[in-house]
Amino acid sequence: MREQTANSVSVQLIDIVKSFQAGYNANDHVNFSAYPGEIHALIGENGAGKSTLMNILYGMYQADSGKILINGKEAKFRSPADAIKLGVGMVHQHFMLVNTFSVLENIILGDEDTFRFDVIDMKRSKQKVIELKKSFEINVELDDISGGLAVGIQQKIEILKLLYRNAEIMILDEPTAILTPQETEELFKTLAELKNSGKTIILITHKLGEVLAISDRVTVLRRGKVTGILKTNQTSSNELAKMITGRSIESQVIKKSAGGEKIILEVNDLYINNDRGSLAINGISLIIKEGEIFGIAGVEGNGQEELAEAICGLRKISKGTINIAGIDDFKKSIAHIPANRHKYGIVKEFTLEENLILGREKEENFSNGWILNNKKINEFSEVIIEEYDIRPENSKALMEGLSGGNQQKAVAAREMTKNSDLVVISHPTRGLDILASEFVHRTILEESKKGKAILLISSDLSELLKLSDKIAVMYNGRITGELDPKSTNENEIGEYMTGLKSNKR
Amino acid sequence: MNKITKYIYSAAGPILSIIISLIFGAVLIALIGKNPIDIYTKMFSDTIGNSYGFGQVMFKSTTLIFTGLAAAFAFKAGLFNIGAEGQLTIGAFASAWVGITFVNFPWQIIIPLSLLAAFIGGAFWAGIAGYLKARFGSHEVINTIMLNFIAMALVSYIVNNIYLVPATIHTPEISPESVLLRFDILTGMFKGSPFNLSFPIAIGACILMYLIINKSVLGYRIRTYGFNPFAAEYAKMKSGRIILWSMAVSGGLAGLGGLNFVNGYKHYFELGLSENAGYIGIAVALIARNNPFAIIPVSIFFGILEYGGLTVNTLVPKEIVTIMQGIIILLIIAVTKIFEKKFKVKTV
Repeated sequence: MREQTANSVSVQLIDIVKSFQAGYNANDHVNFSAYPGEIHALIGENGAGKSTLMNILYGMYQADSGKILINGKEAKFRSPADAIKLGVGMVHQHFMLVNTFSVLENIILGDEDTFRFDVIDMKRSKQKVIELKKSFEINVELDDISGGLAVGIQQKIEILKLLYRNAEIMILDEPTAILTPQETEELFKTLAELKNSGKTIILITHKLGEVLAISDRVTVLRRGKVTGILKTNQTSSNELAKMITGRSIESQVIKKSAGGEKIILEVNDLYINNDRGSLAINGISLIIKEGEIFGIAGVEGNGQEELAEAICGLRKISKGTINIAGIDDFKKSIAHIPANRHKYGIVKEFTLEENLILGREKEENFSNGWILNNKKINEFSEVIIEEYDIRPENSKALMEGLSGGNQQKAVAAREMTKNSDLVVISHPTRGLDILASEFVHRTILEESKKGKAILLISSDLSELLKLSDKIAVMYNGRITGELDPKSTNENEIGEYMTGLKSNKR
Repeated sequence: MNKITKYIYSAAGPILSIIISLIFGAVLIALIGKNPIDIYTKMFSDTIGNSYGFGQVMFKSTTLIFTGLAAAFAFKAGLFNIGAEGQLTIGAFASAWVGITFVNFPWQIIIPLSLLAAFIGGAFWAGIAGYLKARFGSHEVINTIMLNFIAMALVSYIVNNIYLVPATIHTPEISPESVLLRFDILTGMFKGSPFNLSFPIAIGACILMYLIINKSVLGYRIRTYGFNPFAAEYAKMKSGRIILWSMAVSGGLAGLGGLNFVNGYKHYFELGLSENAGYIGIAVALIARNNPFAIIPVSIFFGILEYGGLTVNTLVPKEIVTIMQGIIILLIIAVTKIFEKKFKVKTV
């Protein structure tokens, strides 16, 4: 980090207060600052107020009170468009690209260089983008169609979009959550380039390893308040974890030995089409036994989701069989934590307790088949809230008011407590903080100890290594590698994920 | 945010909208050279100012409660039932048919039978639209519009060729036992107005809808499907069944609206009896935000506008009232949105 003086501060958030519901401040008098040429990590639990704070900084939300200073001058943002004019931009977790556009078109979209009458000056725009590519060493083919590109590349497009708009202050929201280790490494190189050119980088993340590896300073939020501002080289992951959670966390989850002999799930020579009608699963066979955790690694979009959906009866099979032991109508009783929780897992207009019985409303506990037993539902919900530490601790809170992490906890709670021999889990801890992740991991292990067979799809390789009894890597709709978590590592899995390696035909 | 403030905020939007539209209506009335105060005075004294007028208002409101519930119930499942007009017609005719056919039945039997007939008539008619959507994916808006035309033509054919009383456009009268009595006979109040026992049935229907939607497994599934069809699919709910049931109950509620006219007022089935109540019901549901109990006051308000328009018909064109109705609906939708944003409240 370069020497900083007070007047070189690029971002200053002063005494920010933001409340979404009366009596509870998502941001409670928060102060935050970042310098040019700094990578500043923003960490904290789910619902600690990180996203809210950054949404205020880039103009998505307006603070109830408090000030934003950009390069020392007070700024008022009514929309992200206002923010980008002053050089503040954000790369979201979910990319916002037009799939059918070329990379170049996506980059310049909304800010095109034009001739008279709004005719786009492609040549000039392209020249500008090429120069940006060169100076920050970002490699993308500008003429490719964006839709089919790997997430790592899509992310680069998002970064170029911001650079094209002359962003000096760039916020990245959990940028590594969906990247392979190799892609992550590349991203970090890019971030270092950006930092050296004097940009301000703000990194929202849950991964303490990354914080320590790449950031210069860290701001920790807990329950809407700042609990620490630290120089990265003067702290440790233990100290950070304590600041995040307010207590020290238990160490590593202890893995048990693999389960019994009874086969719960048997998938045989499976072929599945994706939504566009082309092959998503190209001949997959696998067996999961009781008490076993079967991990599936892979870059997103290589058929994992289609596989999970098919097993849960949400997608039609074009060839092959899926057999689940002891269940005739298996479509009914499989526990499923879906990858796309907003689309499938929750009804955001429902209360928390209503969400906790989604798909389970006919269970004896919750209804007599016709009439809901609201008292029992409420009791169940209170227990779950307590056990899973869901916030706010209010069964009647609307789901859309919960932070992403708490929504995820609710989905996990519902599915993990379901009476089912098979649990299909996609990205169980994406967006969860350390404490919640640890908790979910422990729950997964406990359920597997009870004899449940668990199919675990994740792009978080450390998670897979930690929990799985077996790991299969999917690439292009096939299983290209079956690995033993005891004898492999993230880099090796990464090579299978990108198709460099294969130990199958 | 407690419940009471929530209700106050919810009511504030509609009330503000009504005041604005009254002002706007006053300007219009002034523009055609009449005194708005005179007109409004007459309108209100003839509707809520005397017991006959209020009876008329309540009679009109009763039908609107049913059609409002019909629209609201479908909305809960994310479906747009604009066929209440046809469903009401079929329900009314079914109830009339029961009353004409089973002349010897005592009221204890014929009244429940009429209710059932009206409900099933409407449910069947809307069920067709639901089935077409569930089975073939054809949009319920198209289905229900088309079925409106078919319903009108069908009853017109049956009335004209089978049941017609010569020189009229209506059927013979239903049996006296199947009549839902008027309140003026029962209580002496609302003298001369057709306000009748259909009203308590309408209130019962509101309660029924509340219970189904909020307390039953079916209602839970309907709401899930209405808010997020993907979540319904994920939770293994059978969407086809939900669509069919929602449409059927919705149509049944509209069908019950036929009782008000047939069993409560004229005691026969007459072509054109629905008088757009099916369409106004959509507006009622929108303003009541699909809340079955809010539908009652909103229906009464529309009853006032409907009947109030008639009372001043000789002084100002009826269209003025229609324009005011339109303005109120637009304003309420806009104002509630503004309220939600400004005060960060989710109105009920």
